[in-house]
Amino acid sequence: MNILLLLIIIPILTITGILFAREDKHVRVISAIGMTFQLIVSAIIILWFLAERNAGNTAEILFASNYVWYETLNIHFYIGVDGVSVAMIGLTSIVIFAGIFASWDVDDLPREFFTSLILLSSGVFGFFISLDLFTMFLFYEIAVIPMYLLIGIWGSGPRQYSAMKLTLMLMGGSALILVGLLGLYFNSNPTGGPLTFNLIEIARVQIPLNTQLFFFPFLFIGFGVLGALFPFHTWSPDGHASAPTAVSMLHAGVLMKLGGYGCYRVAVFLLPQAAHELAWIFIILATIGVIYGALGAIWQKDLKYINAYSSVSHCALVLFAILMFNETAMNGAIMQMISHGIMTALFFALIGMIYGRTHTRYINEMSGLMKVMPFLAVAYVIAGLASLGLPGFSGFVAEMTIFVGSFQYSDTFHRVATIIAASSIVATAVYILRVVGMMLFEKIRNPEYELITDAKWYERLSTGTLIFGITAIGIAPLWLSTMITGGLGPIMQKLFLAMN
Amino acid sequence: MLMLIMRHELLLVMITVILLLVELFLPADRKQKIILPALILFGVVMILGFIPGPTGILFGGMYTTTPLTLLMKNILTIGVFIVFLQSVDWLKKEENREKISEYFLLLITTLIGMEYMLSSGDFLMFYIGLELATIPLAALAAFERFKEKSAEAGVKLIFISALSSGILLYGLSMIYGTAGTLYFDEVLNGINGAPLQILAFIFFFAGMAFKISIVPFHLWTADVYEGAPINITSYLSVISKGAAVMIFTILLYTVFSRITMMWKDVIYITSILTMTIGNLFAMRQRNLKRFLAFSSISQAGFIFLGIIGLSQLGMTTVIYFILVYIFSNLGAFGVVSVISNRTGKETIDDYDGLYRTNPKLSLTMMLALFSLAGIPPLAGFFGKFFLFAAAANQGLYILVFIAVLNTIISLYYYLLVVKAMFLNRSDQPIAYFKSDGYSRLGLALCVAGLVIIGLYSPIYEFINQFTFGIY
Repeated sequence: MNILLLLIIIPILTITGILFAREDKHVRVISAIGMTFQLIVSAIIILWFLAERNAGNTAEILFASNYVWYETLNIHFYIGVDGVSVAMIGLTSIVIFAGIFASWDVDDLPREFFTSLILLSSGVFGFFISLDLFTMFLFYEIAVIPMYLLIGIWGSGPRQYSAMKLTLMLMGGSALILVGLLGLYFNSNPTGGPLTFNLIEIARVQIPLNTQLFFFPFLFIGFGVLGALFPFHTWSPDGHASAPTAVSMLHAGVLMKLGGYGCYRVAVFLLPQAAHELAWIFIILATIGVIYGALGAIWQKDLKYINAYSSVSHCALVLFAILMFNETAMNGAIMQMISHGIMTALFFALIGMIYGRTHTRYINEMSGLMKVMPFLAVAYVIAGLASLGLPGFSGFVAEMTIFVGSFQYSDTFHRVATIIAASSIVATAVYILRVVGMMLFEKIRNPEYELITDAKWYERLSTGTLIFGITAIGIAPLWLSTMITGGLGPIMQKLFLAMN
Repeated sequence: MLMLIMRHELLLVMITVILLLVELFLPADRKQKIILPALILFGVVMILGFIPGPTGILFGGMYTTTPLTLLMKNILTIGVFIVFLQSVDWLKKEENREKISEYFLLLITTLIGMEYMLSSGDFLMFYIGLELATIPLAALAAFERFKEKSAEAGVKLIFISALSSGILLYGLSMIYGTAGTLYFDEVLNGINGAPLQILAFIFFFAGMAFKISIVPFHLWTADVYEGAPINITSYLSVISKGAAVMIFTILLYTVFSRITMMWKDVIYITSILTMTIGNLFAMRQRNLKRFLAFSSISQAGFIFLGIIGLSQLGMTTVIYFILVYIFSNLGAFGVVSVISNRTGKETIDDYDGLYRTNPKLSLTMMLALFSLAGIPPLAGFFGKFFLFAAAANQGLYILVFIAVLNTIISLYYYLLVVKAMFLNRSDQPIAYFKSDGYSRLGLALCVAGLVIIGLYSPIYEFINQFTFGIY
């Protein structure tokens, strides 16, 4: 059996276990066990993948299995991974693992909560291993829909509004994707043979430029909505702010990466000429997104909003990098997805834990938390430093690679865009340091805070995993970037042909 | 052996005769006893329908049976069986006890009408089938005659079906006048796009549009759906509409295939209108029956995307989608029916906090609504996707885009119900109750269908093997 199938089977088994759990207390234990297995399986997949590559296996796709599903329409359940998707799988399993422990104390309808959360993660895993556009789209929607219930039932603030807004905007994005996918499908065989949703086969087809130009915006904007492409990012701050901790983590950490990954894997990979022709529009939008998100974060007082806007900025940077079409920037884009995924999950986990203790998320109401909860406060500082790109953490590696890549173009347009985007780092420093200063240091103004206790074991486990992730990538990024570069070959080849 | 060609209809006629006779000998206080035997008989007929048998032509071409019509009949029979299961609880009510066998008789009669309609080989048989399917429905809509709304629904339905039949007949007479025959095979060759034939088609289309409740011929739908007893509403919105769509598609693909260029635009425009207007009105409804009425109007608009596919893919998908739609809509109606019978509550606001008191019903409702909205991995996703693919196959990407946007609108109002059940809290939620076994069986069948039909691809392939050569 294909080891990748385990990534879908384990969540299903876990959900089954949850549904049959006798007591509500068992639910979180079962989820934790299931997701630990998931983490182990992902680690095995990554190691195995690296071993295969080291052994000289240069196949484009490893661990591939192809099962026919709908024969008449030539829909397959086709799974397999390359360097990029393997990295995304690793990211997802780390975040969901930490997410389970971060939501250890959910007591309202825990069964439903963990079921939805794990269902969501199974959609994400399925998306990353799919190489057939139909199944990819199916998993994409599976990943989006549980979000409505998760935010609507367990969220805070204007949760119903945010949940509805998020769901409808993301489904609107998937509407665009659907049209694009059908366009690819019906142009997948110009010679009149059987049509296909197979991503690898479509990549070999030369789609006429006019067709590409028609469908590229559908696909790029469609996935871009989830990747927080300006001006379609507005669901993100509201959604993240209202969502419960684990959902914010998973959403900002992983789900938004579905958008970037889709733009990379589907839009740019399959329609490279159109991507090349239309890139300038989206580079402008992405640049605006980068700087707008960063400036937006400065103005916010609510911790979650700060981080949500910061996510918009960082995810826009992913799209920005993808549109640079060179290997360095593309590598940086994937690194940024991973790095931001873990980092923002850490942020949201910490915000959730802080909120659980102080019962406020407004930074001007908090102060001196470093004294009462040193563990969480230090973790927050680490996340902050990673976010502003301090060397030694993953954020530095990713952003550095992106800007080096994008600076390779010598024309004014790319230069200006790069400089504007790079200046967002300054804004990031402003909002991160401001929060750290106001919230963690100074004296404790609110006497109730004296009674606050530090992190419990499950909170330490959750944050510890994530901190380990960002420092590991920051200190030893080479294996990851080599693995990613290995997966970039086909797309770079297509882009090279398209651009010349 | 020739009679075996007509076995579906004959078996149903046999049931009606048996029920009539049994009814005669049952004492008044034991009329309830007829429910179980009737269900069993009908279930047996449903299963017998799947046994392969001869196909062919009867009555000199007026009646034809093909594997495709058999398949359609089987699909409808399954739907009716679920409707029966869901109506048991309601039939056992004090005020309906007198009329239990009438309910079965009338409903089965309409089914017989639909089956004749599907098997018709000429327009006369088609028309007779259509009428047989419609007139008893008016009686059924007015079944709760002590309720003003129900009586009103019956009257409205009979008026509107008389009107639409008149329009339809007018169109058919023009076809006869220009083609010189009513047999489908011969009309096919006689249609050449002459102006009078275009007019004939428009009348025919309008007549059918009333039955399928296509915008702008949909105005009767919401009132009738709201007034009629809930099981009749589900029957109207699922079985009746499904049968009409199926025969309509076949006629468009065969009899009117020479003037495809003419009707393609009609379908295109009405499809957009139907989806959009159905959706926009559904958003404002608070009564769940009206809500589902408008939602089913918009679903008909989506089905038109398959018709406009003009291919085997289109034909297969239309039938597949109707199958999916039967399970989804009956699931939703089943829940509404159970709750309405037990508590009399029918508005969305009454459903506030339902999940915390009746989790299973809420989950069923959610799955059914998600399937209607086209959320994977439920069957509705596959149905919708294939419908869109059928339209995209013709290069109609703009239409597909409008349709997909409409699914987003529809998701919005389906989520309103989900929101009421799961997100909202209520001071006085509907208290916990245990629904009767028949309803539970019906709902379980629906849920099983929703999950299996999409994920288990052989069902689609099975339908596909019968649709070869229709277009």
